[in-house]
Amino acid sequence: MIDFLNAFVALSNFVLIPAISYGAQLALGALGVTLIYGILRFSNFAHGDTMAFGAMCTILVTWLFQSWGISFGPLPTALLAMPFGILATMGLVLFTDRYVYKFYREQKAKPVILVIVSLGVMFILNGLVRFIIGPNDQRFSDGERFIISVREFKALTGLKEGLAFKTTQGITIVTAVIVVIALFWFLNRTRTGKSMRAYSDNEDLALLSGINPERVVMVTWLIVAALATIAGTLYGLDKSFKPFIFLQLLLPVFAAAIVGGLGSPLGAIAGGFTIAFSEVMITYAWKKVATYVVPESWAPDTLVQLLSTDYKFAVSFVILIIVLLFRPTGLFAGKSV
Amino acid sequence: MSDSVRNTMYFAGVALLIIITGFVQSWNTALFILNFGLISAIMALGVNLQWGFAGLFNVGIMGFVALGGLATVLVSMPATPGAWQAGGAPVIGALMLGAATVVAAVILMTKMKAGKLRSFSVLGVLVVGFFVYRGLFDPAVGLIEDIDPAATGYLGGLGLPILLAWPAGGLLAAAVAWLIGKTALGLRSDYLAIATLGISEIIIAVMKNEDWLGRGVKNVVGLPRPAPYEVDLQSNAAFIERANGLGLDAVTASTLWVKLIYAGLFTVVLVILFVMAQRALHSPWGRMMRAIRDNEFAAEAMGKNVTARHLQIFVLGSAVCGIAGAMMTTLDGQLTPGTYQPLRFTFLIWVMVIVGGSGNNLGSVLGGFLIWWLWVMVEPMGSVLMNFVTYGMTDGYWLKDHLLESVAHMRLLTMGLVLLLVLRFSPRGLIPEK
Repeated sequence: MIDFLNAFVALSNFVLIPAISYGAQLALGALGVTLIYGILRFSNFAHGDTMAFGAMCTILVTWLFQSWGISFGPLPTALLAMPFGILATMGLVLFTDRYVYKFYREQKAKPVILVIVSLGVMFILNGLVRFIIGPNDQRFSDGERFIISVREFKALTGLKEGLAFKTTQGITIVTAVIVVIALFWFLNRTRTGKSMRAYSDNEDLALLSGINPERVVMVTWLIVAALATIAGTLYGLDKSFKPFIFLQLLLPVFAAAIVGGLGSPLGAIAGGFTIAFSEVMITYAWKKVATYVVPESWAPDTLVQLLSTDYKFAVSFVILIIVLLFRPTGLFAGKSV
Repeated sequence: MSDSVRNTMYFAGVALLIIITGFVQSWNTALFILNFGLISAIMALGVNLQWGFAGLFNVGIMGFVALGGLATVLVSMPATPGAWQAGGAPVIGALMLGAATVVAAVILMTKMKAGKLRSFSVLGVLVVGFFVYRGLFDPAVGLIEDIDPAATGYLGGLGLPILLAWPAGGLLAAAVAWLIGKTALGLRSDYLAIATLGISEIIIAVMKNEDWLGRGVKNVVGLPRPAPYEVDLQSNAAFIERANGLGLDAVTASTLWVKLIYAGLFTVVLVILFVMAQRALHSPWGRMMRAIRDNEFAAEAMGKNVTARHLQIFVLGSAVCGIAGAMMTTLDGQLTPGTYQPLRFTFLIWVMVIVGGSGNNLGSVLGGFLIWWLWVMVEPMGSVLMNFVTYGMTDGYWLKDHLLESVAHMRLLTMGLVLLLVLRFSPRGLIPEK
């Protein structure tokens, strides 16, 4: 019995908790991609770098606060700085929309042209982020590091396996839940949210019913900026902030959005967790868990790792391909134009 | 002004830019820009095949370029002594078994009736196949990687002349492109983009981690060269005499001469590929491709097999990128998987094609040279600009230091700006499609 408990603790420590927090980060990123896709109807390749930009603004404000001696007690100061990061990112996306995307929207350009335009925006944002904060790793987390550390957990339970629950992981999960609830409340209950969904479902019909498309687009960008900043900051807090990491995040984020069904917010969340759990489970070395569960004589001598962690991209990619082949609209039947 | 006069002026302008670089900086820099410009032009031709002719949106160019680089190692390096005996057969066997597993699963999937039985048998084949594959593969790889890991630790290549690696790189890229095209073409355009983005990341991951194949991040250095070594030239009496006759010292002359040889080789490849692309564009096949691009449904109604044609041109375009990748690794003389960055090898090529003029081969070549020149020169130009901007600030002021340090990142900013400006104000590019 103790063995099973130990196995479960090891599993939680190395698989469940990291996968849930990573899944929450991916889901927040994928929500942004999926909203842009639903309303503006293109795949926004600049989304990863929007996340980087938002995280960067938050970091800069965090440093400012830290230099003033403001702190958030046991929680990271970055949480206090996040609203300012969100505001800055909102300004940025409204600026790019006004001076870049709007022109093509009015021309009714093909979606692929908008994708290429978003590549240009991606270049600029990437350059901007590197220009301002530099290409290196930036640490900005402070406050308590652990909600529960390995040693405390062992002392508390007397188990052989320890369980570490980092503050950043806890914050990620809590924030993601709050943000998702707020987003769904907004989409389902408010007038603006409803008009957004109507616009996403059927543009012409929505226009006929007197919905102002520019307003819908603007609100979408504002929400996306908030989501991107939160996702970027949480990822940066949990792992570390490196400008180029966000370009690599683009693939799992897109995979999550497509697996869930492009244009479907619920799908984006499901997709985020699907991708995160598959990535972590397939690249985890199961030896530790297995030795507790199976009889001693069966204990494996290898790591029991299906794929090395360097191939985690491959996992999201394979899931993406399988879903595209067998269910091109995604799990939650998004758009397939 | 007729088209040909305008085009000549464009190319003369780019040539002038490179020559000015030669005078202002050094002729080595100018030739460096020329050589990479030639390679970039070939990559742009490949992307233009896919995007300009057929409207396929491939953002995995980096992967195909890297495969070309891998081909140079596989073709030209000598085989590592003892590696094939140690684990060559099991590795190849395991890879073939892995491929057979996937093929078997696909066959089961298509031949059996949908239902639980099919799901279970497909899953069973995959799972059993995977474990047998790993059981064969892992020990053999361990044996290979143990052979003198500091110097080799990989299978090595065939020891053939490196020029053969160029077509081989094309073939390798084509084979992988066929696999991707088979799965991702026929879906909507954004999906192809994301699938190619993914596959290119995976190709780089494989090249970084499969040490038995190409030494991974330990890099393969000292690839054979199609040109003489500078050191040999510098000790060659006849060469020194000729260099002195031109008023150059032997060291400079040897580096210039080697670069010129490469430039000659690359020019030959570029001209061949350009003529082929031009012929293809003006053939009935090229017209069909553009018809499919402009209206898929109409073309399909005329009896054209859209998916098959897309697959065809996707493979061709990727092969061209593979050739260019092999040429680039040959020029570098080493394979360094860690240096492949999507911004440099995928998105920069896109800027070249769009700026040059998508759908026009001449435009792509022009874009390749022009954007490459800009990419290299943004940094020195940026530092001049920043020195000017920070002129009034006192030394040691944090903003001044920061601005001067960050000049290197102006490249991406400039490229994005160029792309957006061209798309907005001249969406058909410098040399538009006729």
